Amino acid sequence: MDANAADPIVVRLNGRERSLAPDTSVGGLLAQLGLDPAAVVVELDGDILERDQHAQITLRAGAQVEIVHFVGGG
Amino acid sequence: MKPLVIAGRAFSSRLFVGTGKFGSAAVMAEAIDASGSELVTVALRRVDLTAPERPDPLISRLKPDRVVIVPNTSGARTAEEAVRIARLSRAAGGFDWVKLELTPDPNYLLPDPIETLKAAEILVKEGFIVLPYINADPVLAMRLQEVGTAAVMPLGAPIGTNRGVRTRDMIEIIVEQAHVPVIVDAGLGLPSHAAAAIELGADAVLVNTAIAGAGDPVLMAKAFARATEAAEMGRAADPGGESRIAQASSPLTGFLRPEGEGKA
Repeated sequence: MDANAADPIVVRLNGRERSLAPDTSVGGLLAQLGLDPAAVVVELDGDILERDQHAQITLRAGAQVEIVHFVGGG
Repeated sequence: MKPLVIAGRAFSSRLFVGTGKFGSAAVMAEAIDASGSELVTVALRRVDLTAPERPDPLISRLKPDRVVIVPNTSGARTAEEAVRIARLSRAAGGFDWVKLELTPDPNYLLPDPIETLKAAEILVKEGFIVLPYINADPVLAMRLQEVGTAAVMPLGAPIGTNRGVRTRDMIEIIVEQAHVPVIVDAGLGLPSHAAAAIELGADAVLVNTAIAGAGDPVLMAKAFARATEAAEMGRAADPGGESRIAQASSPLTGFLRPEGEGKA
């Protein structure tokens, strides 16, 4: 395996930088974070993702990822 | 009493409840049950990834077969931000209802009328059922109704202030002119405030802080339910008019004194 391919990538996740293994999918990220995909919605570079896209989409360096959910509110 | 209908959905309770600021999810769920409410609001936020544990999803505590879940756009300062939050909420939960809440002013959380109107137009076109939170401005209420909002939600007082219906005169005008339901939102602190709003002719009230912030939120939810229902019953019963001078309730004849005594 090419050494560079194994270098972590940095994404911006909920406003903070986070290093990820290359080729991490959105679904993989949620699993790493211990999040139930049904309880959250993911926005990637301004686009809202459908849940069935999570497994197919691979995060690239510099991606802007927002993971949101419902909380109490008036 | 006639059920309230918003966007084709009938509501037997005219009390709507916000889910914020409860001490626990269990108390929130119990208070919603006690309120008899069939519409609850929720907010959308970033998941706190720094928290040691993932909390149970809020939505799992709500009962979508009994209540309409209405995400709000709280936190939005511009129309663009509000539209983004509404779209995310729809993707998150499949909810088409949205409480449009656009409050750039951090001190009073007063809604921005221009951005609210802009966002309402966009969201209505996208098929959302839009409930806009507004100042008690009758002209704005009409403009929103014209772009197709399903209701208007004028404030009684700033959010969370518990000050009651301070916008009474303007709410009366909104009620007189509106063809869509009028929901008095924000600032209602006591059951009597909710009753006052319904007596003014509002179709419903939305209460959060007054219930969640009470010492006994479940009891307060019941109290608001009764006050709202009592005011609605009173309105349906067609109240008698006001008079400046006294109108005796007891007969003015047959007094126990000689005839003619006491007369001028």
